[in-house]
Amino acid sequence: MIQTRGESASMSSTIEHAVRVETKREPLPPRERLQQVFDIQDLTAVYGSKPALKNLSMEVYKNLVTAVIGPSGCGKSTFIRCLNRMNDLVPSFCQTGTIRYHGQDIAAKDVDPVAVRRTIGMVFQRPNPFPKSIHDNVAWGLKVLGMKDNLAERVERALTQAALWDEVKDRLKASALSLSGGQQQRLCIARAIAVEPDVVLMDEPASALDPIATQKIEQLLHELKSEYSFVIVTHNMQQAARVADMTAFFSISRGEEGERWGELIEYDETEKIFTAPSDKRTEDYVTGRFG
Amino acid sequence: MSAAELSALQRPSDRLRRRQAVNRGMELLAWLAAAAAVAILGVVVSSVAKRGASELNLDLLTKAPVPFAIGSVKQGLVNAFTGSLVIVGLATAMTLPVGILVAIYVNEFAPRRIRNGLGLVIDVLAGIPAIVVGIFVFGLVVLGHGQSALAGSFALAVLMLPFVARATIEVLALVPDSLREAALGLGAPRWRTTLGIVLPQTVGGIVTGGVLAVARVAGETAPLLFTSSVGVSNGADWNPLHALQTVPVAIFELSESDNTGDHARAWAAAFVLLMFILLTSLSARWLANRSRRKLARGVR
Repeated sequence: MIQTRGESASMSSTIEHAVRVETKREPLPPRERLQQVFDIQDLTAVYGSKPALKNLSMEVYKNLVTAVIGPSGCGKSTFIRCLNRMNDLVPSFCQTGTIRYHGQDIAAKDVDPVAVRRTIGMVFQRPNPFPKSIHDNVAWGLKVLGMKDNLAERVERALTQAALWDEVKDRLKASALSLSGGQQQRLCIARAIAVEPDVVLMDEPASALDPIATQKIEQLLHELKSEYSFVIVTHNMQQAARVADMTAFFSISRGEEGERWGELIEYDETEKIFTAPSDKRTEDYVTGRFG
Repeated sequence: MSAAELSALQRPSDRLRRRQAVNRGMELLAWLAAAAAVAILGVVVSSVAKRGASELNLDLLTKAPVPFAIGSVKQGLVNAFTGSLVIVGLATAMTLPVGILVAIYVNEFAPRRIRNGLGLVIDVLAGIPAIVVGIFVFGLVVLGHGQSALAGSFALAVLMLPFVARATIEVLALVPDSLREAALGLGAPRWRTTLGIVLPQTVGGIVTGGVLAVARVAGETAPLLFTSSVGVSNGADWNPLHALQTVPVAIFELSESDNTGDHARAWAAAFVLLMFILLTSLSARWLANRSRRKLARGVR
């Protein structure tokens, strides 16, 4: 990468400054005292003959926001789609290794992916509300999963938790597609948390949104993490610095024959990743000197 | 760029002139071909209407045919119109659920290899000549049970199936995967996702496919000659267990008659059939546009 010294120095100092301001937070308790949600060992994921991720091992902790950052093509999305068996929908996909969720290996073949997705919800990159009314978007999942008691109450609670209730309470019968992009994404979050999952996976949930809508969603994560555990993939390092307690940095490795795959480089408390990373590649990435 | 070069650009070369001439020639040929297609349709409709004009009245739809009529007796083809309604209606009722289920299996559940294989089977089925289907149903049902409207509608249902299935597969494929993922990500089983989220998006397209299939088989004659043509009643008969007269078979039989009134009635019946097919095609188009607009609103 061609870059002058002056540019790189000023860029990194700006980022470090921003990060220092934004990561002021309570220190996490030591990791032994955190409760594990996922214990992932030697996860390798392959599409057809192309490896997407190799030998990934990490733990995800309860009631924290765990961010996954890294350049495009490093397997971030593949990784979180492994956590709720979403990759099962891709015909050529295949994975090895174990993903223990509260001790049970959910990557095993005899585990029902529908049951996995029932407790591990997902919010996608692009808002994808059902072409139904706002109310029905939240209620559909509840009905399908048999949570039909106090339906109106459950819908209201989910929309309130997603900070959308005040904006939509007078037009619950209106089409969800009449909402703005940011409102649609909060509706998708409401839909995901209405069915009371244990973990919510978010695949770049704010990448299609403007800064104000993004801020609202980040605020949500802060408020909701006492009830849920979040794993969030993001392209935006400032976002990771703002919302995440733990951050995993993925990068692309290249083999001798030019093949590329994603790899976990470093996984630590967010503050450490952004201020004192132990790997040179992490430091280069978070200071904008990767390439 | 110099002035000399500019003026060279403005003066077309021989090569450019030739290209322009070829272009104009091809445009003209394409226009003529399109005009010929429209003209053929116009000639068919107008000549059918002209020859049937004398018999084109309400009696055609409400009065029964009178065999060996002497003098000017008011008669029509009520048996053919009710028979066609019964047979095409039953065929639609038989083919819609099967066609939709086939399409759902192909697009939502089948592994890729089976999907391609079934797609080929559907296309081959669409290419089977109607008379072959007629003989098949004749051997399967009519030999042993005799002719009936039910046998006729079964033959038409076989002809309609590939059209309904193909149309449904196409609209299912238009539903974005992000909607399926959204539903599955909530922990919904696949069948609930298909029924609750995917299928409601495709209703317009399925109706379009159904209506086009109806238009396609409403004029089928050959399979009905084998399955529902012998010993038909002259009055309006709605019983699907009887052999019923149908519009295309009536046209065929009247055209063989030596009575000029019968010929005019055949033309008039043909005109009604043409109008029916035209109207169903138009309504299918309207429905398809409507559902496409709805889907476009749904996809972001």
